[in-house]
Amino acid sequence: MNSENIEIRWHGRGGQGAKTAALLLADVCFKTGAYVQGFPEYGPERMGAPITAFNRISKNEIRVHSNIYTPDIVMVVDESLIHSVDVTSGLKDDGAVIVNTPESVEEVRKLLNGYKGRIYTIDARKISTEALGKNFPNSPMLAAAVAVSKVMERDQFIKEMRASYEHKFAKKPEVIEGNMKALTMTFDALEEVL
Amino acid sequence: MSVKDRMSGNEAVAYAIKQVNPDVMPAFPITPSTEIPQLVSSYIANNEMDTEFIPVESEHSSMSATIGAEAAGARSLTATSSCGLALMWEELLLAASNRMPCVLALVNRTLSGPININCDHSDAMGARDTGWIQIFAESNQEAYDNFIQAYPIAEDPRVHLPVMICQDGFITSHAVMNIELNEDNEVKEFVGEYKPEEFLLNNNKPIAIGPYAISSYVMEARKAQEEAMENSKEVIIEVAKRYKERFGRGFELFEEYRLDDADYIMVIMGSAAGTAKQAVDDLREKGMKVGVLKIRVFRPFPAEELAKALSNAKGIAIMERTESYNGHGGPLCAELRAALYENKVFTNVVCYTYGLGGRDFTVDHVYEVFEEVKDVTENGKKVTQHRYINLRTNKA
Repeated sequence: MNSENIEIRWHGRGGQGAKTAALLLADVCFKTGAYVQGFPEYGPERMGAPITAFNRISKNEIRVHSNIYTPDIVMVVDESLIHSVDVTSGLKDDGAVIVNTPESVEEVRKLLNGYKGRIYTIDARKISTEALGKNFPNSPMLAAAVAVSKVMERDQFIKEMRASYEHKFAKKPEVIEGNMKALTMTFDALEEVL
Repeated sequence: MSVKDRMSGNEAVAYAIKQVNPDVMPAFPITPSTEIPQLVSSYIANNEMDTEFIPVESEHSSMSATIGAEAAGARSLTATSSCGLALMWEELLLAASNRMPCVLALVNRTLSGPININCDHSDAMGARDTGWIQIFAESNQEAYDNFIQAYPIAEDPRVHLPVMICQDGFITSHAVMNIELNEDNEVKEFVGEYKPEEFLLNNNKPIAIGPYAISSYVMEARKAQEEAMENSKEVIIEVAKRYKERFGRGFELFEEYRLDDADYIMVIMGSAAGTAKQAVDDLREKGMKVGVLKIRVFRPFPAEELAKALSNAKGIAIMERTESYNGHGGPLCAELRAALYENKVFTNVVCYTYGLGGRDFTVDHVYEVFEEVKDVTENGKKVTQHRYINLRTNKA
């Protein structure tokens, strides 16, 4: 993994917020002074259809406008996709895949076509339900992407996300603390295994 | 002073519209340009600009209302994509022939069918002979910068033509990237107040706009319009120069990227030019002398200038993001080859078709094209013209 130029691919289903997570990641990395790119690939626009989103985070200006085929990190927002989409396709051996699932890493590894690199699981549904009272896997997955890719330090990420949520949820301040809690819970869970 | 920010291409153009604060914007939503009128409406609702927004019932109407407002003396614009632009066809011609200096933010999307929402240049290319100036962008930054230059070009008395500011649907319109924004007051100063010489609401000087012309006048009107398009070339360059002095980012009719000693040159438009530049840097590191010529201004077509810039190339790849169904390739290939011939630049030229309906175009595809053009030049390899890049076939 080249820390100067990190490429991330998100797999989710329409309506789950994988695109939003990619855009939020671009947003928060921008604040560290990085060059960023966050974009979705649109297929049929319907709820539940598999969608892909991408991030490039770089120390240098980004000019490439294609999708990402050899990512450093793969984020699987919906574990059911593992059965229908080759999520680790092109994923670098020294990269990592993060799957939103209550299952263990060993169970998930069996389903990942023999991927040799690092595999992490995060139960984003459980974290989200506990922190927010609802299943919004976005915030935990965003925190997981930052924790594993190390595109920025935890403290800085937390600080920037608070500012970002305060802006985004100016009219719904009651959800800010829940989202912040989801971020820290995710970091805590992953730091045990990283 | 510029401000560093991050935005999608649609956000960038909407922001430029806010800074310019034109008088009237009629619009009808269509993917992937919908966000532009949506964001502008929000700016208006939040009192951040005072443009008169007209929600209309179709693109036929949005362009009609744009022309009507412009004719009345108001600085006007609209935004659209794909079939929306096709529905404006008749009005596009009216805007140009009535010499309306209005602006259209086009977010390039393929035309049907099969129906698809993703990028290619078939919408803009379908409008290439309607008399509009057409300027293409590689990135959100360029879409922003080009939009701010649009009115100074359109409204120049030597030009008086409408301007289409194009960017690639989804690829730049929906991708959030870094951007440098100009200060509001500097943009306002750069674009200036609109002072139309003649307009319908001027009761001191009544005029007619769009009347019938008998045969003894039509050719003269067309010639005047054609001359305005020719004139626009120097105006586009002047405005770009003024923009660079003010804001630091420079533009020409086209960009020459590492062309100086290039044996092989790829000619390309829009977002894919960025991908090609990255590939050129990679190939240069391996010792291959390659470069990219990115066309920014397609109308007016800088034929002579392009031929000159390409005159030392051993091999040229022309990349077409549309299909003309004529058995002879698309408009960029046809016009550029004609320009080369006319200026007696006789070299190896291979035309390729890529990226239709959002088909991805990667650095690997750029390597592939350069390898083939080199093979054609050095070994006389016979190739099929207008081959589709990244096409699935049943053959090997």
